[in-house]
Amino acid sequence: MSTGLPASARFRHRLLPYLLVAPQMAVTLVFFFWPSAQALRQSLLREDAFGLSSEFVGLENYRVLFADPRYLAAFGRTLVFCTLVAAFAIGIALILAAAANAVGRGGQTYKTLLIWPYAVAPVLAGALWFLMFNPTIGVIGASLNERGIAWNHYLDGGQAFALVVMASIWKQVSYNFVFFLAGLQAIPPSVIEAAAIDGAGPVRRFWTIVFPLLSPMAFFLLVVNLVYAFFDTFAVIHATTQGGPGGATETLVYKVFNDGFIGLDLGSSSAQSVILMIVVAALTVIQFGFVERKVSY
Amino acid sequence: MVENHPGLSAGRHLILILGVIAISLPVWLAFVASTQDPDSFLSGRASLIPGRHLFENYALVLFRGADAASVPPVWHMMANSLVMALIIAAGKIAISILSAFAIVFFRFPFRTLVFWMIFVTLMLPVEVRIVPTFQVVADLGLLNSTAGLTLPVIASATATFLFRQFFLSVPKELVEAARIDGAGPMRFFRDILLPLSRTNIAALFVVMFIYGWNQYIWPFIVTTDVTHYTVVMGIKRLIAVPDADPMWHLVMATAILAMLPPVLVILAMQRLFVKGLVDSEK
Amino acid sequence: MASLTLDRLCKRYDGGVAAVNGISLDIADGEFIVVVGPSGCGKSTLLRMVAGLETATSGSVLIDGRAVDRLEPGRRDIAMVFQNYALYPHMTVEGNMAYGLRNRGTPGAEIAARVRRAAEILELSDLLQRRPSQLSGGQRQRVAMGRAIVRDPKVFLFDEPLSNLDAKLRVQMRVEIKRLQRRLGTTALYVTHDQVEAMTLADRLVVMNRGVAEQIGPPMELYEHPATTFVAGFIGAPAMGLFPAGWDGRFARLAPDIPLALPGFAAPPQPVRIGIRPEHVALREPGRGAFDATVEIVEPLGADTLVHLSHDGLSRELVVRTAGGFGPAPGERVGVEFPGARLHVFDVEGRRLTPVRPEPLAEETLQCLPVA
Repeated sequence: MSTGLPASARFRHRLLPYLLVAPQMAVTLVFFFWPSAQALRQSLLREDAFGLSSEFVGLENYRVLFADPRYLAAFGRTLVFCTLVAAFAIGIALILAAAANAVGRGGQTYKTLLIWPYAVAPVLAGALWFLMFNPTIGVIGASLNERGIAWNHYLDGGQAFALVVMASIWKQVSYNFVFFLAGLQAIPPSVIEAAAIDGAGPVRRFWTIVFPLLSPMAFFLLVVNLVYAFFDTFAVIHATTQGGPGGATETLVYKVFNDGFIGLDLGSSSAQSVILMIVVAALTVIQFGFVERKVSY
Repeated sequence: MVENHPGLSAGRHLILILGVIAISLPVWLAFVASTQDPDSFLSGRASLIPGRHLFENYALVLFRGADAASVPPVWHMMANSLVMALIIAAGKIAISILSAFAIVFFRFPFRTLVFWMIFVTLMLPVEVRIVPTFQVVADLGLLNSTAGLTLPVIASATATFLFRQFFLSVPKELVEAARIDGAGPMRFFRDILLPLSRTNIAALFVVMFIYGWNQYIWPFIVTTDVTHYTVVMGIKRLIAVPDADPMWHLVMATAILAMLPPVLVILAMQRLFVKGLVDSEK
Repeated sequence: MASLTLDRLCKRYDGGVAAVNGISLDIADGEFIVVVGPSGCGKSTLLRMVAGLETATSGSVLIDGRAVDRLEPGRRDIAMVFQNYALYPHMTVEGNMAYGLRNRGTPGAEIAARVRRAAEILELSDLLQRRPSQLSGGQRQRVAMGRAIVRDPKVFLFDEPLSNLDAKLRVQMRVEIKRLQRRLGTTALYVTHDQVEAMTLADRLVVMNRGVAEQIGPPMELYEHPATTFVAGFIGAPAMGLFPAGWDGRFARLAPDIPLALPGFAAPPQPVRIGIRPEHVALREPGRGAFDATVEIVEPLGADTLVHLSHDGLSRELVVRTAGGFGPAPGERVGVEFPGARLHVFDVEGRRLTPVRPEPLAEETLQCLPVA
């Protein structure tokens, strides 16, 4: 990644490059590295109830976290959440992309109609689904209750969880669709035709030819979707359930915010931030280490 | 596909149509809800067809806001959103293109360090550093300001990498010819590199504008003063009304308004948008 | 218009490989020098060092007597025509040609005048408002040259400018380039791998091989008196036939039944290589020449015919160029004559031995100083 253009295509200048990277470096240092360092520092402290003094407690905050059933529950919940969102968002998008690709010319209209939800902010997606499933006035929520299926996500934690999952999936399908479609369109038709001549039916062709050729893209999307489910879903939760009822929709990201801004427990919140940073780092390393290399044959 | 089974073809269309319906349903219902009058929410569930209060509700929300939820007029919030989105998009692009230019076309000590520093920011999404970044912004006195809204999210590693990748694909003979033609680095940047980057810049602008417009958690934390609300975070205030049911018709009207600009942008520039998405993730 | 001097230019890469290993050359004002050689011989690297796109490991470049090694390419007052033209894709033809002058702060009126004149010379006047993507290969070539002409530089540098054109266009453009250079009188350094281009364009030719200049001189001198077997084989097509032989002081024996007398040749007995160009071999009736050979393949070119002959004593085929309408068919025998005056003798290392052994150039060029 650190290779570059040959010397003949570069300029010899002492000061200029530093000036050029200065804005990005400045913002990065002030708003990325400095706060992250602060988070690290604060994760090792505990402030008193009034925020007047703080004492160094080493890894105490971390120890407390990992012993806290609520945190562990949030951790587990987040994993379940991410898996569900990623799996369904990818699966549904793949099916739609395969169909759109196969349809050929008409596919352009479908494409437009399936892409635009990307523009909808996650918080709006949350609001939309929130309304749709409202027990009394939501089209789907009320129908369910009328048919005898008790639906009330205000009270039932599992249902609240399901709601948030569905809203998140809905939001992400468009994104995955764009990528899968691009990936499918990049497969040379002659390869498919050769397989057909070799006697493979559509389903077999899909599994033995299309899917393997698509798998780098799928792997890449998996990582991206996991990151999305981990972080970008904050807005959905914040706008609708605020982690409730009873913490049923409290994911790790939400907990960071909750403990930090509402609970004002900086030490714990910072420790949680640091843990999340490690998670992202791991996912990023995976993405660039394995996925990027796999994408080019 | 190779075969031209009518059954297969019908099946595909069915899947796609179901997909479109499933995708559009929430928004359709929201639109319907935004055209009802408040009483219809008290009496059973919302209908599937639009009501007759379209202009009323939208006018109310646009120009008066919803006082019960202490939400300012939506047009004001949308203006805030617009300013923020434009600044973020333009800022991200400007900063990234300069950095990418430096990284690709110069050789200087610490170049590798700079590159990795930018890379590392990929691992620090705002949600992860939200509390300490808030502290920094507060300490700098930037709460409730445009600077506070935009600066922390204006450095973009993805944009930098996109431009870097593109710059690496510029034929080296072009740079050599420019050098022989007596062009210094900034002239080369302005006369040759920028024009060649036009499509990339446009595509990225679309993606970044949508990103900027849809920003939620950061504006929510950084603005406490109502006049600085963006429309996307205004929704939250409308829904989270304490001790009362949200005024759904107003919530949905605001939601529809809030999603209108980004959706229009995508529809108008679909090709550019797709290019921007796909390129920036490779 | 200026003289160009290359003084012991060397380019060594990490790992010790020397792409250019000590090239010295004095080019007079207005001279057209062609550097020719197989790919990888270092000719492009040499050109780029003159341009300033590569830094020399040692040695220097002097334009008009002034060392330019520390100068940026844009300040050397040179212009370059690239192999794939390197036109600015988003600018019009006019924009492309004017760019260099604008960067130098030339007044607008003069830029317009120069561009107009160059466009006339190159027949681009109708294309000035087009973009490169709207031009054919040949037209793009001319724009690339226009960009160079407009600058009125001290030296023209050409980096295999005709390689990307089809054969017919290449022949056409070759003549154009020569005509242009004559008319403008600008010193030119031209690099190519095509020996036909080299022969037709050059005032003097430099044949490079593995970073070293094997011979420098006017084309005909290289053709008639190649200094090494490499030059002998490179210049002239089809290539000179080279055969190992034993020189015993009286005859050079190509084969037991092919003794060749070498009049005026006085070297001590040693293994040698005998060279003769296809166009100099004489064919006679079987039995009427120095020896007989069998016709293997006949290639009628129209005006000439190339005949491939085989002989038991010869380790490889002998190719002969003779008049069109050649009679004998494959399988038949012909008599072969090697006119003594047309023979070239080389020693076992490939250096020329006739008539008098000249100083091989390889020893003149100083080796590169080791990288510190």
